[in-house]
Amino acid sequence: MRRIQNITKTPEGAIGFGIIAALMLVALFAPIVSPGDPLRIAGSPLLAPFVDPAFPLGTDRLGRDVLAGIIHGTRTSLAVGIAAAIAAIAIGLCVGLAAGFAGGAVDEALMRIVDAFQIVPSFLLALAFVSVIGASVPVVVLAIALGAWADPARLTRAQVLSIRERDYVASARVIGMHPVEIAWKEILPNALPPVLALSAIIVAAAILTEAALSFLGLGDPNIVTWGSMIAEGRNVLRSSPSLSIFPGLALVITVIGVYLLSEGLTKALAGRRSEA
Amino acid sequence: MLLIVIVLTFLLLESASGDAVDAYLLSIGGGDATVAQSLRQAYDLDQSMLARLWLYVSSLARLDLGWSVAFDRPVLDLIIERLPNTLLLMGSATALSFGLGSALGIVAGARPESAGDRVLSTISLILYAIPSFWLGLVLSIVFAVQLRWLPTSGIESIASGKAGFACAADIATHLALPVGALALIYMALFLRVMRAGMAEVWALDFVLFARSKGLSRSRIVLRHVARNALLPLVTMLGLQSAAMLGGSVVIESIFAIPGFGRLAQEAVGGRDAPLLMGIILFSAVLVICINLMIDIFYAALDPRVGASEADA
Repeated sequence: MRRIQNITKTPEGAIGFGIIAALMLVALFAPIVSPGDPLRIAGSPLLAPFVDPAFPLGTDRLGRDVLAGIIHGTRTSLAVGIAAAIAAIAIGLCVGLAAGFAGGAVDEALMRIVDAFQIVPSFLLALAFVSVIGASVPVVVLAIALGAWADPARLTRAQVLSIRERDYVASARVIGMHPVEIAWKEILPNALPPVLALSAIIVAAAILTEAALSFLGLGDPNIVTWGSMIAEGRNVLRSSPSLSIFPGLALVITVIGVYLLSEGLTKALAGRRSEA
Repeated sequence: MLLIVIVLTFLLLESASGDAVDAYLLSIGGGDATVAQSLRQAYDLDQSMLARLWLYVSSLARLDLGWSVAFDRPVLDLIIERLPNTLLLMGSATALSFGLGSALGIVAGARPESAGDRVLSTISLILYAIPSFWLGLVLSIVFAVQLRWLPTSGIESIASGKAGFACAADIATHLALPVGALALIYMALFLRVMRAGMAEVWALDFVLFARSKGLSRSRIVLRHVARNALLPLVTMLGLQSAAMLGGSVVIESIFAIPGFGRLAQEAVGGRDAPLLMGIILFSAVLVICINLMIDIFYAALDPRVGASEADA
């Protein structure tokens, strides 16, 4: 609880926390706020927004409710973004910890693999991965994580390299602690904070990548996503631009919320360091 | 390092269920097993995985990227044909965003926490959060559909017969929207990095010294603070080149620009593994080249880089 208070002390953190908390609630209660399948045909097609109170944001070419789509799309965006970031950071932490702690040939080999992943454009990699394996939510999550784990791996390794020479690690070694135990109990907790500060950026990037993938038609076709709504609206861009604009706005607000939260988080971490 | 990329992409594409022959047969309306068998033989798809990996790597050494099944042309030809459009798009977007971003970053960083700084920082945060494909769509709604100032798609007017300057102007009007969409987003990134860098340099001792010498504020900002804050920006340029190449896929698909990124999308659609593999490898090479160029440029910009290597 005190952590949250620290984050919300800064204006950025407070606004970001508010936006993300609201979106989380929308995502959690989507079936209650807007019951039924968002992909079902609900009214007459291409209703303009702000006209019919039953469909505040209008309907698309097939008569599907745009507001319902946006509400349910929140689930996909947040779930994919957060899951991909967790996966990327988990992989990055393991690889970085192993490389930094083992050193030598293991380090060299692992870092070359990290290099390889960093020079390939991650979006192309995700594109290839999804097209090869087939579009479904877990595949999209994995595809995004595949392009995002290299940065946390590099950062973790740098952290481990600086921490492993500290005195308390040397003392742990002297009292005969097992190397794995040292890595897990002494080094990991201290290497974690800067990597976690990176996590918000990864969530934001993952949300944008997911939207771009489903915009290109590589998302899960059975669930509604903001990217696929924008792509669907693009077919009637000239006559009803609002179909593409509303889901895009939802995306922008979400990503801004994540960025603000991350800035608040970074400031809170910096504040804790200066207090200490 | 490239070898790792090769092996990894090969393994990835290998795990696909169904190959290009399946996709081809599907597109021509099916065929019997003997046709599929002879096609697989022609493309060496009937051999074991390791044998084909070896075949691929050895042909790569001869700069042969393989044969595109979907286009029925050599992969390298296709890529080289599409590359200039993408380089033009990326180059102009990078130049524009770097120039504008660093200039506005200097304005914002000159007086940290001032009103101007806050406005610029807020705008850049919003721009940075906008997905490029959506910004592209909104720009085309405003400038192409509503105002009708600029064309929505393509790289030049079809069969216009324009040459020389008229042709260049034609391409420029076609590229204005996609370049604008890409540049605006990356401008926001450069602005933020520049501002953050300047805020850091302000706190350093030599700035205090420059102020105590009584140098004018504008001189301190430009010669002392901005110059030092520019270095991380150049590093950023190299790191972002891979992301920009990936971003070109969506932008090129929105504005129907026949470039590198659209080729990737077409390769995905056609299940064209050799083409997709060639594109990934080529983009990796491109990113390495860009970073190499930036390293050289960096040494010219920061005398400490070259000097320390000369000592060692």
